[in-house]
Amino acid sequence: MRLTQGQFSFLPDLTDEEITKQVQYALDQGWAVAVEFTDDPHPRNSYWSMWGQPMFDLRDAKGVMMEIDACRQAHPDLYVKVLAFDSSEGFETVRMSFIVNRPAEEPGFELVRSEGPGRRVGYTLRSYATGHPPSLRYGAGEGRGAA
Amino acid sequence: MTGAADTLASVAAPVADSPSVDLEALYTGSGIGEMLAEMDRELVGLKPVKTRIREIAALLLVERARRSLGLRAEPPSLHMCFTGNPGTGKTTVARRMAGILHGLGYIRRNHVVGVTRDDLVGQYIGHTAPKTKDVLKRAMGGVLFIDEAYYLYRPENERDYGQEAIEILLQVMEDNRDDLVVILAGYKDRMDTFFKSNPGMASRIAHHVDFPDYEAGELLAIARLMVEGMQYRFAPEAERAMGDYIAHRMAQPRFANARSIRNALDRARLRQANRLFEARARAVDAGALLTITEEDIRKSRVFTQ
Repeated sequence: MRLTQGQFSFLPDLTDEEITKQVQYALDQGWAVAVEFTDDPHPRNSYWSMWGQPMFDLRDAKGVMMEIDACRQAHPDLYVKVLAFDSSEGFETVRMSFIVNRPAEEPGFELVRSEGPGRRVGYTLRSYATGHPPSLRYGAGEGRGAA
Repeated sequence: MTGAADTLASVAAPVADSPSVDLEALYTGSGIGEMLAEMDRELVGLKPVKTRIREIAALLLVERARRSLGLRAEPPSLHMCFTGNPGTGKTTVARRMAGILHGLGYIRRNHVVGVTRDDLVGQYIGHTAPKTKDVLKRAMGGVLFIDEAYYLYRPENERDYGQEAIEILLQVMEDNRDDLVVILAGYKDRMDTFFKSNPGMASRIAHHVDFPDYEAGELLAIARLMVEGMQYRFAPEAERAMGDYIAHRMAQPRFANARSIRNALDRARLRQANRLFEARARAVDAGALLTITEEDIRKSRVFTQ
């Protein structure tokens, strides 16, 4: 099941040129761009691991692209996303976020029901991938960065 | 200006019955002429530097013409090394280079990241690589200017981390030629030693430009430009005094070309301010505040030595 999170997630995966253009747009707005990765695709997982520090003083997207490539190469079968943080007053929040790398196989989510008192049923989601220990969650080296 | 046009015109001669490009139109459309004229106006002297910039401009224009005809156009390597004595304008020209290369469409952004050894080389093992890479990332798309580049290599300490920075630099200079122009600057003799011990660096730099010392007339022209830039003006006798000052100063040790002129003018401003302050009982008009008089310059220690 294809993970749809953040911007452009219902479009085909962005090409490198398209990523460059998006990143350049963010830099032109004066936003700081960061790269993050995770193996836990749960929508409530907001704490992805940071790939280096957010880049505050870049002018050209090439610097970010170098980091994205390095992250993809190190984690070809994990999710990698790019964030753009707007520090200006009134926003002080993430303005852009999109996925730039995903595992070759995404097992998807299970709907978990739990029955409570009075036959009340609670629902939650669980990623099939997180059923395994971290090193076994995705096939090794099949993602986009492996190419 | 005309030099560049001539160079271009000679290239423009079209081969019979093949598609042609109007280089003249490309030239006027690109605004290169204006840029070169501005450079001529604002930079005094520096003949070899201007010639080289003109050649680069011509090359980039021809590349563009080749591309429009579907010929192969490899972007030329534009890494440069500026050598010359103190105060010959290396830093000034490097800072301008970004504007020129951006105007020529060679680099994507009009920005210069100026660094020295401290910004590239770390203090402990494993500190240098991330530091150098950070600087390179920041410079991407523009010009990376490394002042006093010879400090990067310290032969007396074989475990110096400078070598690591040099290797990362070399890698990026080779791999990211379309993303980054690296300009090294430093004094001639020290840069020569630096290149001798880093042959890889020497061969990856296509343009070695030597900055000549200024002549007295050029220095006076520079003084005039500087005074204008600071919104002052010379009284007519003061300009003659400045000429004498330059002649005296050039003969003395530790003469640093345009930098000495800047320092002299700063001191002349001090003396002018002091002179006005001493006579503060009288009201001063704008003219007095603007003018540097002969006595402001003649009082310099240079004349008595």
